Amino acid sequence: MLPRFRRFAAAEGASKGTWFSNQPNVRSVVYQASLAAAAGLAAWYLISNAVENLQARRIASGFEFLWREAGFEIGETTLLSYEAADTYLKALAVGFLNTFRVAALAIVFSTLIGLAIALARLSRNWLLAQLAACYVEVLRNVPLVVQLFFWYAVITESLPAPTEALSPFAGVFLSNRGFAFPTLTMAAPLALEYPVLTGFNFSGGALLSPEFTALLLGLSLYTAAFIAEIVRAGILAVDRGQFEAAYSQGLSQRQVMRFVVLPQALRVIVPPLSSQYLNCTKNSSLAVAIGYPDLVAIANTTINQTGQAIEGIAIIMVVYLTISLAISGFMNRYNRRVALRGSK
Amino acid sequence: MTKPSTEAAVPRAACALRWLRARLFSSWSNALATLAILYLAWKTLPPLIEWALVRAVWAPQNASLCRQAIGHGACWAFVADKYRFILFGTFPADQHWRPGLAIAILIALYALSGLRRARRSWLISLWLTGLTAIGVLMGGGLFGLSHVENERWGGLTLTLLLATFGIGFAFPLSILLALGRRSDMPLVRWLCVAYIELIRGVPLISVLFMASVMLPLFLPAGVSVDKLLRAQLAMILFAAAYLAEVVRAGLQAIPRQQEEAAQALGHGYWQRTWYVILPQALRIAIPPLVNTFIGFFKDTSLVVIIGLFDFLTTIKVALTEPAWSGFGVEAYLFAALGYFIFCYPMSRYSQALERHGAPGRGMGALREN
Repeated sequence: MLPRFRRFAAAEGASKGTWFSNQPNVRSVVYQASLAAAAGLAAWYLISNAVENLQARRIASGFEFLWREAGFEIGETTLLSYEAADTYLKALAVGFLNTFRVAALAIVFSTLIGLAIALARLSRNWLLAQLAACYVEVLRNVPLVVQLFFWYAVITESLPAPTEALSPFAGVFLSNRGFAFPTLTMAAPLALEYPVLTGFNFSGGALLSPEFTALLLGLSLYTAAFIAEIVRAGILAVDRGQFEAAYSQGLSQRQVMRFVVLPQALRVIVPPLSSQYLNCTKNSSLAVAIGYPDLVAIANTTINQTGQAIEGIAIIMVVYLTISLAISGFMNRYNRRVALRGSK
Repeated sequence: MTKPSTEAAVPRAACALRWLRARLFSSWSNALATLAILYLAWKTLPPLIEWALVRAVWAPQNASLCRQAIGHGACWAFVADKYRFILFGTFPADQHWRPGLAIAILIALYALSGLRRARRSWLISLWLTGLTAIGVLMGGGLFGLSHVENERWGGLTLTLLLATFGIGFAFPLSILLALGRRSDMPLVRWLCVAYIELIRGVPLISVLFMASVMLPLFLPAGVSVDKLLRAQLAMILFAAAYLAEVVRAGLQAIPRQQEEAAQALGHGYWQRTWYVILPQALRIAIPPLVNTFIGFFKDTSLVVIIGLFDFLTTIKVALTEPAWSGFGVEAYLFAALGYFIFCYPMSRYSQALERHGAPGRGMGALREN
């Protein structure tokens, strides 16, 4: 190492006297100016190519297509009514709401499951701890797409038809048409509305499609494996002395957890947890692989129909960037609440 | 000889009993949990083993037997029948030894790189030789090997190639990005931050779509880049942004004095970076780098969405044959096993580095993806 070092040092010494290499300010300006020029040139080259190509293909750039009729059906439109005669804009809005629905639910479920797995892995019971460790290692070492395909295959191939649906509890049905369960009625006397088999499918109550069920299940279980590790690391990061001191104060196990361990563990947990929430949201875009109409799937259909690739992908990116910023903004605020006063 | 062993057996049995009591039956709730788990295992494991092993159909070309076994036995005949397609894609059948050898070389290279004693400069030359050999084996056209277009590369071979070349090119790029993000020059810093945050803020699918539908629009008319190369490019650009953050964390762990000391000795920026800062920073960053690589390896499976014939896509395509349709559960269990076999050892490797390798302690503890 050393001889090579000397050679290089000597080489630099030889260039002594040139104005360029010896003046950091000048050097910095020259570097940045040439970088700006290169970036500008590259951008100009790509954009002029794109303009030429779009003209050749007779594609009008811009977002006017959003107000044209979409003409395709969407399988799932839970939060917003939509039909094929509606505009692309509305189709994309339906896609966005579908993304939002599955991501929000998956975040809640994965946090709960992750917490349970973390506690199981820290349990004094050897079997339980091993089981939780297996869960984590298996789930996080298999790609999410494979898991989604697997759950989708389990639902559509292994579950019986609605007429012979499995019913683990009264009013809850598992079949190859999805997952049906009772809901609260909106009318005045508050009651449960049960799903009923009519013809070949269920009506009444709520029916989650196979695509949605597979996506929610896969996404929640997958993200939970990562969250479990984050929670475990957070609890392990709390000093042993803290537990002992708290117990010697006469606090109960619940009180020790609630007032001593969790507040300290949360400081370690929250930052990586928020990046897991971001991952979960971004991973919900894998919906397109099993045919759940999320934002990416609908934008993809839109691109195929209109040829507006640049606009379509720009929409996807802007929406995900906005969601990312919103989640990290929210989690940063929460983090400031749990963080030590005066720490960054 | 027998005497000591019998003597040792008594305390060992006592030891085991004590262990059982401490770890499984220490309290009422603990014992209850143990019994509940044992009961669940007794209820679920025998039917599962019966389905997966005892009543399963193994012999290839037995789709009809598989149909009869639906509901009580697994259909591994699917894998037995389609394994060549799943490993090698549509590579010419009489040339299958070539991708086979390529896979073997890659696995050997990964295993060698994981050896504790083997981290020396000869590893780099070994990788370069190995990758060149793989290039020749796959593409052909040299040494009397027939030429094979890359549209015919596929299966597990393609998955391994995408991951290896993706990381191979993304890593140098990520070092530049990480250095750029810490640069004193505002323009360089802004560009790097914008790039890293933009890529990390969007899903990989959108980057893959960008490469498959948007990139052709930005190239001059008449120039076309083939699908595989475009996807590979997208994966490199994507991985670089994530790796850059890992490298940056490594750079931040190096005390400022190292840089200042090198500066005081009169070394220029690149000398300081190359000989003083990077060797220390990258050593620290090895465990999280391995973790990022595992995430990236899993992410290669997303090319199924843009229709590249990787390990997962070949399985999915094989399932569309009428004879094998409806055996998705077995097929995707096999796919999961395939990915697990590669990811789990890497995961263990990174955990072992965590425990023994002092410099990077605590950095790779949490896998992000």
